[in-house]
This record gives sequence, C-alpha cells and structure tokens, in this order.
Amino acid sequence: MHMKTTILSLPEEEFVHPGTRACSGCGLGIAYRIALKALGKNTILVVPPSCLTVLQGLYPVAATMLPCLNVTFASTAAASTGMVAALKALNKPDIKVVAWAGDGGTADIGLQALSGAAERGDNFLFICYDNEGYMNTGVQRSGTTPQWAITANTPIKGKMQQKKDVPAIMAAHHLSYVATCSASYPLDLYDKVKKAVTLSGLKYIHIQIPCPPGWGFEARYAVKLGKLAVETGLFELYEVEQDVQRLTGASGKIADKRSLVPVAEFFKAQSRFRLMNSSQIEKIQEQINKKWAGAFEIAGDTDEP
Amino acid sequence: MHIIESGNVAAAQGVKLSRAQVIAAYPITPQTPLTEKLSEFIESGEMDAQYVPVESEHSALAVCIAASSTGARAFTATSANGLLYMHEQIHWAAGARLPLVMCVVNRGVGAPWTIWNDHQDSISQRDTGWIQIYVNDHQQIIDGVIKAFMLAEEVMIPVMLCYDGYLLSHTYMPFEVPGQEQVDAFLPPYKPAYALDPAHPANLNTVTLPEVRVDAKGRTAHGYMEIRYLLQEDMQGAIKVMSRVEERFKEHFGRGGNPHYETYRCEDARFIAVSMGSLSYHLREVIDSLRDDGIKAGIMSIHLYRPFPAQVIAQGLEGAEGVVVFEKALSYGYEGALCSDVKAALYTFNGSRKKRPFVHNYILGLGGREIKTTDLYEAFKDTCLNGGKADVGLKWIGLKI
Repeated sequence: MHMKTTILSLPEEEFVHPGTRACSGCGLGIAYRIALKALGKNTILVVPPSCLTVLQGLYPVAATMLPCLNVTFASTAAASTGMVAALKALNKPDIKVVAWAGDGGTADIGLQALSGAAERGDNFLFICYDNEGYMNTGVQRSGTTPQWAITANTPIKGKMQQKKDVPAIMAAHHLSYVATCSASYPLDLYDKVKKAVTLSGLKYIHIQIPCPPGWGFEARYAVKLGKLAVETGLFELYEVEQDVQRLTGASGKIADKRSLVPVAEFFKAQSRFRLMNSSQIEKIQEQINKKWAGAFEIAGDTDEP
Repeated sequence: MHIIESGNVAAAQGVKLSRAQVIAAYPITPQTPLTEKLSEFIESGEMDAQYVPVESEHSALAVCIAASSTGARAFTATSANGLLYMHEQIHWAAGARLPLVMCVVNRGVGAPWTIWNDHQDSISQRDTGWIQIYVNDHQQIIDGVIKAFMLAEEVMIPVMLCYDGYLLSHTYMPFEVPGQEQVDAFLPPYKPAYALDPAHPANLNTVTLPEVRVDAKGRTAHGYMEIRYLLQEDMQGAIKVMSRVEERFKEHFGRGGNPHYETYRCEDARFIAVSMGSLSYHLREVIDSLRDDGIKAGIMSIHLYRPFPAQVIAQGLEGAEGVVVFEKALSYGYEGALCSDVKAALYTFNGSRKKRPFVHNYILGLGGREIKTTDLYEAFKDTCLNGGKADVGLKWIGLKI
C-alpha cells in the first residue's frame, strides 16, 4: 500500500477559489477542496443541481478552477459517460472525468443513470456527497436521510424509514472501487480519491457531509459532528476492492480498539433528532453493536503488531 | 452508389457518412433498426465512433449533451414516449446551444399504447428551441442527416430530423448513397468555438440571475433573458442558413431544391393542401384526381417546421382561395399546431383581410389509422367546393364513431 498522505505532504495547489457561496461550516467546502487537490488540474467535473451548484457560484463567476459541466438532475452519470466517450473519440485519454452529485442526485433521481453507467463499466469517478437531505431546497427528506430526522417535509414525526445504503448498492455492481469517506477525515478522503483515479471502470466514493443548517448544529461543530458519526460506529469508513471490504482510518482504529462512543452523543448534538426518545436511540445503539460485533471479532483474531 | 434499403438504414448511412463520433441510443420501436445498424457499423469497424447503449432516453441525450460539450459530433435517435422521456434534456441541449442531430422516427404517443405512426411526438416538442425538419422519402432522410449536421454546427442549435415510422422507416426504397469523399468535402469536422478543456477551464450552464451581471474582470455578461433572446435570433437566422446549406449541398451532390417546403402543382392552384412527411406524397395522387375533375389544386409539403419560415410559406400560398391543412397531430383543445401556424403566417404576411384564403383543418391517421386515398380525395374535394361557406372548424378523416 502506498504511503498515507499527511497534512505536511498534502499538495499546496488549490483548485477552489477562496470565498464560495457555501454556508459557513459546510462540510462540502472541506471535502471539495481536498478531493480536487487529489484529482489535480487535468480533470473535468460533472455536476447536477445541488449544494455544489450553489457553492460554485452564479454566472459569470465560478468558485472552481477546473472545467465543469452543469447537467440536469437525473443525468449526472450518463453525462459523465458521454464525456468519457467524447474524450475517447477525440483521443484525450489522460483527462479524468469526475461526477459530483448530492445524495438526492445519487440515491434518488440519479440512481438509474448511475446504475446504468456502473453496469457498463464506464471509466469515471462518481462522488456522492451525502449531507442526508435536499439541503439547498430547504432541507427535505431524501433516500439517505436517517430515520427519525426532522426535515421540512417530515416536520412533525420525523422520517419513518431507514437510510438507503447506496455504497452497498454500488458494491453490488462489482466495481473496481467503492469507498466511504467523511468530510471530517480529509486525509483519508484524499488517499481514497487518489487511489480511485488510478483504477479503470466506474469508481464510487460516498462522502458523509455534516450540514449545520440541515442537521441543526452550530457551524463550528461541523468537523466534530462528522467525527462523532464515525466514532459512534454509525457511519463507517471503508473501501471495497475486488468485492472485498476493508475498514480504513478511524473506523479501522475503532475495530482495533473495540470501543464505540455511545450513539446518543451524536443524536443529542443535532436538533434534527430532537424528537428521538431513549428507546429509539437504544434500538439504534443495538443495531450498531450488532453491526460491529463481527468487525471486533475479526480484529481480535488477527491482532496485528 | 444506388441502393434499395429501408428509411432507417438510409438514416444510419447518413450518420456514418457524417462521421458522428459519439452515438447513444435506447431501443424503441420503430427507431430500433436505425440504431442497430449504427452499432453494427461500429462493432464491425466500418465506422469509427463510440456507441453507448444507455439505460434510458434521458441518458441518451445526456451522453450526447456532454459529448458535444466536450467537442465531439454526437447523434441519437428515438420515437414517441422515448422522445417525451428526453423532454427535459431536449430543452437543455437547445439552451446549451449544442449542435446535436437526432432522428425522430415519428410514432403516436401513449396512453393508450400505440406503436404506429403519427406526428404527435415531435410536434409536442415544438417549443423546445430545436430546429425541426420533416422529410418525405428515403433520399431526403439520408441527405437530410448530412445537411442537418452542417446546419446545426453553423447556427449551434440542435436539429430534429423527423420521418414517418413504418411508412418510411420500415419500407424499402431506392436511394443514392453519396461517397465518403464527397461527404467529407461537403461537411468539415466539428470544430466548436469552445469545448471543455482543463487547459482552458470554464463552468458551463451555471445558475444565471434575472439581471445581467459583471464578471471578475468587470465585463457585463448576459443574463438568462439575453441568452434566450440570442437563441430566438439565431433560430430566425437559421431559415437563411438552411438555404445556404441547401445551395452548397446542390453544388456538391447535384440534388436539392427549396429547403423550407416542397410544392406540387401549386403554380395556378386555387386550393392548396398543406402537410408534412410522407402524407404529402400520398396527397399528390389526390391532387391529380382533383385536377382531372377540373379543380385547380396543389400541395405544399413543409420541411422546415421550426424555425417556421412564415413569410415564405405565406408567399407560397399567395393567391390561393383555400388552404387545407392535413395533420397527424393535434393541440388538444384547439386544432392542429401546423394549422395554427399557417393561419398566423397568413394573418401576418398575406395582405388585407379580403385577400386571405379560408383555412380548414383535417386531423387524420392518429395512432396509425389507415389513410385512404378516396377519403382524402372526398374530404379535399368537399372543402374545395364548399370550403368558403362551410362551418370553419376541425374535421376528422377516417373516424369511426
């Protein structure tokens, strides 16, 4: 395995202008800046309507220094395929095509086109930045909004259904690479993006993005919230290569240490979960414990020096 | 080379000769033989292009939109509900000013399901900002595809080339296939003013504001309304550009004529039928019969439907006492869209109220309902004899209710 990137070895060149239109404390600002560093200059982006459209700014000003094609909501993956096909036809194989869609544009309206491109094995990287709701339209529920979250269209009882597991759906397409990341662990994200673009076919990276207005916390706690999601074991950092899944970074360390922060700490830090009662929290804690029991067992069996 | 083949194969030959670089399509009857043929050309190595077998028509146009934005010549084809599934992307391609070419193999629209021919699919896409051309035979299909790429790239507006499902797509007719060298001499490779490029980054199709706005260097950039105004201006300009493309085509290939419409026995006609597609050639037989009866009738077949060449159409109808529009589509709650357009053209360009002809509208052939020559003859004759007096309104041919 290649050397892990550190804060000292992270490239200094920036591809996002300072002063974007993102909300203060937006996790996407971190993830976008770091991932673009990993992608480098020879990249074309494909973006559907989402918070990233807002972040990138209003015509004729753009916050990104990379070329970018804004496309219709459902068509991100198909447009990326078209770009790859054109670059092939024009004999420009070195240019990377990278799609950046939100959770709605990936898990909901964009899923059909994404599945089609994944099945065809079209050669691009698809990044889903998951802030767990339709945030730029005013915080409505999406397929990846977690259960019990209050949103603008689940205003009284909260969302009744569980979060859709999109990375698992993508892994079921037997891709060359599937990974999960968090905006709160930028170096893990950097290394995964860097690895993904060396592989052929469709690669999928799912980034959890803490969203201060959508989740209901103060902007200064964005990184803390992202870390809590990982430390409680609610959200895992992993990668899937050749259909084999492996925990990475902070999640790998949790497996090694066999200790989880109580999930109540994550829920209580956000106003979107204000209606959750203790039995609902307890039930999710049980699900987490069950989910991690296997990982703890494997870690115990293969204690590395 | 003179060959006998189907209309779909004529279209595929035109796409191959035009050296389309990216083709994306989703199967739908009666378009399928066209895109099957293209995949065969590409798999066999006869054609150098990327073929993307997408999972939906919405994605087919997404592939073409992105490919064109990246600098490649792109093509797709569809019919009926496939075209409607593209609807959002159809608007997008025009707004983004991409010179795509799409064949629409005309078919009726569900519900209820029909797989047979009418024009409701493409007519319903009239207001999307695409150039729409309707052709009448196999030669016009193959030539039309080649000319469509040139027209689209000259004005940076996408072109829909529409031809009748089954009646043209699946029938076999003789036509001339031009040589590759001949087509290369006519149609240069696609060279856009800008294509997405990391060396020259640009952010395309970003959010625009209601007002104009200055860029980072202090220059005023267009707002949404200016961008849309320019689309309208260039659409209007495309009427003349199409004439130039036609002249150039005639110089290179020795065939062609009026690119906007085609007439038959209209010179001294008192009554002129107006229609689009293969129905126009069907109506020629009726015109001959009416002439035998001593009725001076003619037929104007409109090729360019959008932009609508209203002035030249009004000129072409000048002197007629009656105009009868035969249509395979309907703007439900009013009349055929072509009829409304023809009326508007006459209102604007044909002088005084007294000189304007009466205009009648027949709806026929919906969902592939058989169009009998005798029915056409009787309907047209009745209108010629009584049209000026009869109740002006929509009439149906072949309706059994």
